[in-house]
Amino acid sequence: MKTVITSSGENNLAQFDKRFGRAAWFCVFDEETKQTIFIKNKNINSSNGAGTMAAEQIVSMNVQKVISGDFGPKAKDLLDKFNVQMVIIQDNDITVQGIIEKLTK
Amino acid sequence: MSRPKTLRKVVAPPNFKGYKPYGTHTGTKDSVELLYEEYEAIKLADYDLMNHLEASKLMGISRPTFARIYETARRKIAKAFVEAIEIKTVYGDALLDKHWYVCDDCQTRFTIPKTIEEHQCPMCKSEQIELLNT
Ligand SMILES: [Zn+2]
Repeated sequence: MKTVITSSGENNLAQFDKRFGRAAWFCVFDEETKQTIFIKNKNINSSNGAGTMAAEQIVSMNVQKVISGDFGPKAKDLLDKFNVQMVIIQDNDITVQGIIEKLTK
Repeated sequence: MSRPKTLRKVVAPPNFKGYKPYGTHTGTKDSVELLYEEYEAIKLADYDLMNHLEASKLMGISRPTFARIYETARRKIAKAFVEAIEIKTVYGDALLDKHWYVCDDCQTRFTIPKTIEEHQCPMCKSEQIELLNT
């Protein structure tokens, strides 16, 4: 089972980014291996539809869960259609590592 | 400018990607595409045995629109049966009824896709979760 966490940086100590389509990085956490990999958000600078494109990118990575701060309506529809669980957390002050610790507790 | 399509609310999407005939000799690659809302129309009218008015209200569309979707759905299924071709379900203009939950213990909000069996918070594993009606 793989989970995407939207991240502001390229490593586990980076701050969680609440902006789904505009987060700089997607941290992909693999629950079996406990490994993380970081994938660049390709569409961070697109003027519109960043959320939809982020959702498409995530669907193509074959993950089952996305943790972010908000999802736009189109991103919601797309993730829902592909049975990706959406998780919204409101912590402003948490790192990617902090979220992973909660997930694996 | 093209007229925006009306989204039809689909309460439960089909539990399959498609149907394939077997024991046929035609070997055709042809298929019919059954939209989610067409599947839903068949389900409501012929499986849940609702009348068209009840079914149309549930899907948030007018009765004539429901009748049209239902008729198209039946014709597609009939075509697939008679011509022994595959039925593929496709998203169409359906608006899925998303269910959002909130965790009473950590306030995380989340969806539970049909592929997930446990009804618990994905962050803290609490089972004290509530359905949000938004
Ligand atoms: Zn919780």
